[in-house]
Amino acid sequence: MSMTATDLYETTVGLEIHVELATASKMFCGCPVTFGQEPNTRTCPVCLGLPGSLPVANERAVEHTMKIALALDCRIAEHSLFHRKNYFYPDMPKNYQISQYDLPLGYAGAVEITGGFGTTRVGITRVHLEEDTGKSIHVGGSGRIHDSHYSLEDFNRAGTPLVEIVTEPDIHSAEEARAFVNELRALLESLGVSDVRMEEGSLRVDANVSVRRAGETAHGVKVEVKNMNSVRSVGRALEYEQERQRKALESGERLIQETRHFDEKSGTTSSGRAKEVSSDYRYFAEPDLVPFEPTAEWIERIKSSLPELPAARRERFVAQYGLGSADVEVLTSTTSLADWFEAAAAAYKGEPKKVVNWIVADLFRLLNEAGIEVGAAKISPAQLARLVELVDSGAISGKQAKQVLGDMFATGNDPEAIAAERGMQQISDEGALDLVVAEVIEQNPGVADKVRGGNIGPLGFLVGQVMKKTKGQANPGLVNDLLRSKLVE
Amino acid sequence: MTELPYVAATELAALLDAGDISAVELTETLRARVEHLDDKLHLFLKRTDERALSDARAADARRSSGDRLSLFDGVPIGYKDIFVTRGVPTTCGSRILEGWVPPFDATVVERCSRAGLPILGKLNMDEFAMGSSTENSAFGPSKNPWNLKTVPGGSSGASAALVAAGGAPWAWGTETGGSVRQPASLCGVVGVKPTYGLVSRYGMIAFASSLDQAGPLSRTVKDSAALLTIAAGHDPLDSTSIPQAAPDYLEGIDRGIAGMRIGIVKEIESGDGMQPGVGERVQEAYQRLEKLGASIEEVSLPSFEYGISAYYLIAPAEASSNLARYDGVRYGLRSSDGSDVGAMMARTRAEGFGDEVKRRIMLGTYALSAGYYDAYYGKAQRVRTLITRDLERAYASVDLIACPTSPTTAFKLGERTNDPLAMYLSDVFTVPVNLAGNAAISVPCGVSADDGLPVGLQLIAKSLDEATMFRAAYAFEQDLGWIDSPEGRPPL
Repeated sequence: MSMTATDLYETTVGLEIHVELATASKMFCGCPVTFGQEPNTRTCPVCLGLPGSLPVANERAVEHTMKIALALDCRIAEHSLFHRKNYFYPDMPKNYQISQYDLPLGYAGAVEITGGFGTTRVGITRVHLEEDTGKSIHVGGSGRIHDSHYSLEDFNRAGTPLVEIVTEPDIHSAEEARAFVNELRALLESLGVSDVRMEEGSLRVDANVSVRRAGETAHGVKVEVKNMNSVRSVGRALEYEQERQRKALESGERLIQETRHFDEKSGTTSSGRAKEVSSDYRYFAEPDLVPFEPTAEWIERIKSSLPELPAARRERFVAQYGLGSADVEVLTSTTSLADWFEAAAAAYKGEPKKVVNWIVADLFRLLNEAGIEVGAAKISPAQLARLVELVDSGAISGKQAKQVLGDMFATGNDPEAIAAERGMQQISDEGALDLVVAEVIEQNPGVADKVRGGNIGPLGFLVGQVMKKTKGQANPGLVNDLLRSKLVE
Repeated sequence: MTELPYVAATELAALLDAGDISAVELTETLRARVEHLDDKLHLFLKRTDERALSDARAADARRSSGDRLSLFDGVPIGYKDIFVTRGVPTTCGSRILEGWVPPFDATVVERCSRAGLPILGKLNMDEFAMGSSTENSAFGPSKNPWNLKTVPGGSSGASAALVAAGGAPWAWGTETGGSVRQPASLCGVVGVKPTYGLVSRYGMIAFASSLDQAGPLSRTVKDSAALLTIAAGHDPLDSTSIPQAAPDYLEGIDRGIAGMRIGIVKEIESGDGMQPGVGERVQEAYQRLEKLGASIEEVSLPSFEYGISAYYLIAPAEASSNLARYDGVRYGLRSSDGSDVGAMMARTRAEGFGDEVKRRIMLGTYALSAGYYDAYYGKAQRVRTLITRDLERAYASVDLIACPTSPTTAFKLGERTNDPLAMYLSDVFTVPVNLAGNAAISVPCGVSADDGLPVGLQLIAKSLDEATMFRAAYAFEQDLGWIDSPEGRPPL
């Protein structure tokens, strides 16, 4: 953080994250959990809240929630209950949501995040399990409920298992918030419990933001920011919001407790309805379900089934592969990428760092251009390892390898086959290269003289000329050596 | 031979097996009887005559080919309109569900259909089971076959009246605070409240989930035992269903009650509001039980008197949430009035619910509100625990507890409609059992001398001890002999 006027103010952020679990069926019925299906085709009496229907808890969802809670270093409740949260809304089939109240499955956890801000410990207040609502599509007006002409309801999503993770107000900047969401996303991905796609809404982040003058003890007025559909949006929304609140405070304006929507296009937040005198949800224990009391053995079994979590993996990457923190940060940003790297590193005979360079520089560029994740690429980790080995052995040049990689990426073919097909082989025959080097010196007497006179700079130009004459097949290291031996020594 | 409408299901089963009657014959007879009764008593919200007949034809075909679905294949039944029935309109006695046709069967209905029981139709009830007289039905009250000026009790009033008047050997009702036992008592038939969790609640429209339980109504104890056997047992669709198979309740039902210890409740014997004729009959019943070999001893249930107060906080609280789904968005009534979705929901509920339902939604909403929860809902739950403990303590010294089912016989139509509290007190002896979750039965013990209307004896058993309860009720019924005598039939 730079020292600016903003340092006179302190931002406090607590996040509320909703994670749709990737279970096969919904939280309280057998309907499949899907995305993007024809509206109201994945429903049944239970998730439509038809009279007489009753919920039955999805055990797998409970297990997933326990995994999340344990991975967030939470304590697990010995006695946990579902409660009903009562409020009327047309996308909620029963007009109550089966959720958890004072006895969540997990509580009192923490996550450490690191970044430019240093290391911050973000407390996890609670991890609880609930059901998702349906989806309202408001037609007409701005597309929000208050000025629409009518609303359509799609109940395919209704009853999808949803985990709510609430953090302590331990976050103090947009950067920290982004880092937290990234860390959480990587963690959830490693657990394999959710698709964690913010764009599709399987990971939804709401932020409670307040700003106060530095040194004040009372919290500022809390504003809830919604509708942030990417990690980047979280950062932008929070930056905008803290600035808006700071300016308001500076000009003596009175802030109100409200819900604000982030607008992706304008990068601003706008007021929804002012939050009414905090809603009374009339929580009471859900009488249709029985209390949940996990045994110590069950908790232990889930604990031991947890995969290596991102933090542990990062430490191991440093120790095992000798990588710097910047590389590790990039490689562990998603589990699939970290897995991909490890597979390539295992197949590769040389220093893992070389593979990292190929991934981070060249493969990333291709992935970005194609707009896909590494898991969807045609090239396999073992193929990349072999490509790097072709360079190491001098069979092809680095420059050639880049071309080969492009072909491998497009076709999925083996690097050896592509190199052969393209007639690529590196000329490392000293005798053959010697003739070309001599020719280049002869054709560029002025440049050659400069080098002879001790100006090494133009040497690169001469190397380039040799490469050109050999159609890039010359071993550049060898050419360099030959030129030096003729001109410098 | 007894006229067919008054033959018990257990006996009908034998007649069907022997080929003395056919299921179609039986169903036709009952249909004609129902036709006659319905005009006078207003029992059905929906009759399914055609379906009953085609079910009966199928049953006859199965019997003739030797593969009947159960002993009772072809014995018709009626359902309180609280059970959802696939393809058959289900209203729960409310305008708000008028026209709704469920796409699935309640587990009770499904199990009875699997046993081959033809469905006669859907029976009238107090709206959402809230009431003790059927006068809260949005479609008009049912009447008591013993006296058309009196109520049949409620909320399962029409189920009890149908069975009492020979419209069917048995019917399903449901209880939240006595809605099977009280109408059984007022109509002179047997009514059972099984242990909470014994019969699946799946497809039973919820009133108060922690109290609701389906129960059989029949003219004989054996028929109730048989019907409970058909439907009881674990259902994976109901998380509160007890995870064990149910026994055959007919087995050992005739073993008698010699040596059984039966407790009578000290606190309610002196209770006020008891009709003298009811007290008399019940005292006689205790003596009869003693004569049959049971020992009668006094037990103390000091918390019993708080049952109604606790009940009228817990049940409305759960109801206020259970009934929130009726909002006009997805099914049933939708008000055409309303400028936005909130107004539409509010208008739909204003138009669709009756006064008693609204009263309880308001009570329950209030009881759960922030700042009041502990004083009302929380305290009521603690009273519930006390009642449960009192009963447990009593069962240390007795096997069953006996008391009246209802403090009065059937009261006059309109008599209590403007006095909710008087109406609520109809359930003073039944409500504590729902709060504790135990099993109980109401069995007729004759008519009251002061008005000639039936009186019910209640026998309260330990949780899951239905067998003892049926055994005692059967011994009592057989010794009394009332139900099989002409006096045991309403003059209709």
